[in-house]
Amino acid sequence: MGREDKAMVKKAEAATGADNRPFLFRRHDAGTIREAYRKMLLIRAFEEGAENAYMRGLVHGTMHLSIGQEASAVGVGLALRDDDQITSTHRGHGHSIAKGAEVKRMFAEFFGKETGYCRGRGGSMHIADVSKGNLGANGIVGGGIPIAVGAALSARRLGNGKVVVCFFGDGANNEGAFHEALNMAAIWKLPVVFVCENNGYGMSTSQARATASATIAERAGAYAMPGRTIDGNDLSAVAEATEDAVSRARNGEGPSLIELKTYRWRGHSKSDRNRYRTKEEIDHWMTENDPVKRIEADLVAFGILDEAGLDAVRASVAEEIEAGIAFAKESPSPDPADLERFVYTEGA
Amino acid sequence: MDQPVRELSYAEAIREAMAIALERDERVVVMGEDIGVYGGAFQVTGDLIERFGPDRIIDTPISELGGAGIAVGAAVTGLRPIFEFQFSDFATLAMEQIVNQAAKMRFMLGGSVSVPVVMRFPAGSGTGAAAQHSQSLEAWFGHVPGLKVVQPTTPEDAKGLLLAALEDPDPVMIFEHKLLYKTRGPVPEGAYTTPIGKAEIRRKGRDVTVVATGVMVSRALEAANELAAEGIEVEVIDLRTVRPIDTPAIVESVIRTHRLCIVHEAVKTLGIGAEISARIAESEAFDYLDAPIVRLGGAETPIPYNPDLEKAAVPQVPGIVAALRDLATGRR
Repeated sequence: MGREDKAMVKKAEAATGADNRPFLFRRHDAGTIREAYRKMLLIRAFEEGAENAYMRGLVHGTMHLSIGQEASAVGVGLALRDDDQITSTHRGHGHSIAKGAEVKRMFAEFFGKETGYCRGRGGSMHIADVSKGNLGANGIVGGGIPIAVGAALSARRLGNGKVVVCFFGDGANNEGAFHEALNMAAIWKLPVVFVCENNGYGMSTSQARATASATIAERAGAYAMPGRTIDGNDLSAVAEATEDAVSRARNGEGPSLIELKTYRWRGHSKSDRNRYRTKEEIDHWMTENDPVKRIEADLVAFGILDEAGLDAVRASVAEEIEAGIAFAKESPSPDPADLERFVYTEGA
Repeated sequence: MDQPVRELSYAEAIREAMAIALERDERVVVMGEDIGVYGGAFQVTGDLIERFGPDRIIDTPISELGGAGIAVGAAVTGLRPIFEFQFSDFATLAMEQIVNQAAKMRFMLGGSVSVPVVMRFPAGSGTGAAAQHSQSLEAWFGHVPGLKVVQPTTPEDAKGLLLAALEDPDPVMIFEHKLLYKTRGPVPEGAYTTPIGKAEIRRKGRDVTVVATGVMVSRALEAANELAAEGIEVEVIDLRTVRPIDTPAIVESVIRTHRLCIVHEAVKTLGIGAEISARIAESEAFDYLDAPIVRLGGAETPIPYNPDLEKAAVPQVPGIVAALRDLATGRR
């Protein structure tokens, strides 16, 4: 919706009493919506901070940035309870933040420090925060999918009412693990929601070249579960579709598959020379379909934040990122004498 | 042990361990292919489905990767799954979840989780099942930090090691030799554990030490009995745990006997025998050796179908006797 359309919607509502605002604004209070927006900004700023640190030689290794995909992580997070669980992917920084991780400990992990979420042992590809229900990113494409189903089996067996969201990318939908896990989740009607962040490419290979079906959502049909394709850059649409699937799961009606169409602005990883997509395509997504700009327009249109309010959030995010990087830089590295710690459970 | 002892088969002992665990701990579930009404390909789960129902004795589709991964995910989130592979060979389909996920998760996450999953692998040759249903792959798993790997050889240990595995917070891989399932032996009633990481001397002897695994333990004991008639006293160590290896037990024995032979069914090259040889070479026992270390292992071939070839592919009693005699009498 353009801004004028939104103004008209508001007027129409005033006349009829109906609330025709998008789901997000009907379902959530202003504080929750502002927090969701802040998380989207925080994700983007974290990714930019990580990239910058890498360019400046402050970290080694590689990273997979999710700039451009912020709405999918945050929209899914809006539908979850604190004790619900997620499994994440190699492109998982956004999922962590959406599930409540602190950026300072994420930066510390990225910098390989003892204060990081994995005490510097995991790095970017393994950030987890089990206390917040984040069972971890994963370096293996599709590796988290059976694990999510296992967590859902626990939830059912332990009767704790938790729902598990399994994030994966379009590349993972051609792994055997995807098919095996979806099938078992369906035959056992487990409380799990499969969220495919379809950014169009598995590394360099486009969905059209890699996946026989036109959509990933339609693969749900093979496993007798609902599958929907959603605009993954529309925070409200993501939150709404996820909430439907989560309530279905929580009510014992079984798993669902949601395909969120989105786009990563950066390359697959730092080795990417971007030979498989055009500058025009990237520019189009960046200028016409930026999830952050889209939510900002809605926030203003529906009176949640004005321009000054947006600026204040931006400033507070910049401050948190700066403090997080400083914390990471100052934190101690693990002691090499502790090299073998955590291979096995101590005292076992 | 105080409990009354009776004779059970190795398979019955494993089933009894699972039943005890299922009885006392609601978190325990058993998962695998055809483990429900079928009772498992080797009748190890047997009637557990009737006693504990399909919510806890869970038949999976033929999906080893997904099934193993679900067991891993369930273990991380509060259950104590026992995952049965129908044949250990099928673990090749699930290595991703075992090696990349189960073994590494605690480490990668800086100690914030444990992965208390138990996996059971019917392994080994001798059943005429040919190359894809007869392998001994335990050394593969022994090569992965984060896993524990055991190979029980008696009904008593099969039960005790399974109960120990269930009490262990880390992933434990149990390799069960298929030829052992029907063998019988004394098994204490009730719950007890056999320590993971401890070898056991099955026969004392002064002349030569044999370290054996799996079905080779009984073959080594048979060989030792034959050699006793010739006045050669063989010490037989049942390794029991592949990872972590009980190096002190082997070192101590070699210091007494001055001679070491290792026998396993798995392919000899880059195997457990190589690892044990190296450990002895690196230890104080090296100076006590009166002869080169001898390794007996599987031939450098897939397991053949023809029964004569199948036997020829892995150590048999006469070959073990000959090797030990040569070793003990200084002929090699």
